[in-house]
Amino acid sequence: MFTSNPFASLTEVISPEMMQGYIVLMVLLVMGGTILDMIHKKSAKYFFENAKKAQKSAKRSVSGGEKASIAVSVLVNEVLTSGEFSNPRRRLSHLLTMYGFIIFAVTTVMMIFGYTAPDAVTPAILPKLWHVGALMLALGGYWFWFFIRVDVSAEGLPCFRFERADLFIVSLLATSTFALIWSFTGGGLGIPFALFILSTTVLFGGVYWSKFAHMFFKPAAAHQKKITRADGSRENLPPDYDLTDPEVHRKFPDVPMYMGKNPPNMGLCIKAERPNHY
Amino acid sequence: MPTFVYMTRCDGCGECVDICPSDIMHIDKSLRRAYNIEPNMCWECYSCVKACPHQAIDVRGYADFAPLGHSVRVIRDEEKGTIAWRIKFRNGKKEMDLLAPITTKPWGSATPKLADAPAPSKEMRDSELLFNEPKYIRMDEGGLHTLESNGLTLKKGVYY
Repeated sequence: MFTSNPFASLTEVISPEMMQGYIVLMVLLVMGGTILDMIHKKSAKYFFENAKKAQKSAKRSVSGGEKASIAVSVLVNEVLTSGEFSNPRRRLSHLLTMYGFIIFAVTTVMMIFGYTAPDAVTPAILPKLWHVGALMLALGGYWFWFFIRVDVSAEGLPCFRFERADLFIVSLLATSTFALIWSFTGGGLGIPFALFILSTTVLFGGVYWSKFAHMFFKPAAAHQKKITRADGSRENLPPDYDLTDPEVHRKFPDVPMYMGKNPPNMGLCIKAERPNHY
Repeated sequence: MPTFVYMTRCDGCGECVDICPSDIMHIDKSLRRAYNIEPNMCWECYSCVKACPHQAIDVRGYADFAPLGHSVRVIRDEEKGTIAWRIKFRNGKKEMDLLAPITTKPWGSATPKLADAPAPSKEMRDSELLFNEPKYIRMDEGGLHTLESNGLTLKKGVYY
């Protein structure tokens, strides 16, 4: 089961061209949904206006090389390792779902486009990765849905309450769950397959209404945030003061008077533990 | 000055929802991002502003003294033990930077160990004074501190 291509057995009833056409349709739906989302929310317009405004209060100009190194750090910290999350559980759950989804989607495309011909032999690694991807997606997703989701962890709402913000995560979870059920029940046509196709269609077709498009906006926003730190505009935030700097002591005499000239690390305070009042 | 959330900076972590004493910071149903559901009921305690790990929450000054275009931003740094503010005027030119200590000792190192304090005697229990009251209001050093005992006088009129 883990080593056989579940899409190969489908070719008896659904032609490979039709499966490939479905994948292309889903890609077009994602592109269309993202563009409509950008037009409707005016997010790109807001983003560039905001960047222009930030540039006006820049204290120094950022060179091209510096911008490139910031882009690399965004790729390493924010894109590849989800470093923007301050909650480590959320970061881990996001990494599981993100890499699970990438592995699942890429292996699906590879198996449908490369190994659905009648004489094609699917390398055993691909179906294995497809199952691992779906399991990672389900693990990270259910962890998020039942325990980490802010509606449950902070708002105190029941975990089965569903609202529009959940469209993305629910369709992702349904996709991975029904994909695994479909594979475990032997593939082919049937109710698990119909539910699998329905959930993937909702996932990729609902981009306009769901949070799917965040994966395209977030890296741009993280890059812009780092640029504002580098050029000194800092989104109007106060500077990152060095409490041992004599200039800071001169400007803010309360600091050396009450804390000394070389204050120790004061610890995490309210950040030491998560609130737990439900 | 009630708070508001920059939705593009918020990552929906829920820290502000947890900390808001007025229970008016909630999560949006379509985007899962925080927002102030009722700015009129905001106590302006700034707990959410200080607790937000992404500095996604700002305060909006009332229009009569701080028309649109100004900015009040803050970073509460627990590890440094300071709070830093930057107030930018609406003309975009004048800025005020403020930095103040919020603790002088590492967090939790100066918590009174009340469990180790000796139990109150019968005399103390029957007294009208509360625990540690003579010491804390410094009656044991020769009576309450007053302007008179400190050689001060109250000046008439308004002065700064």
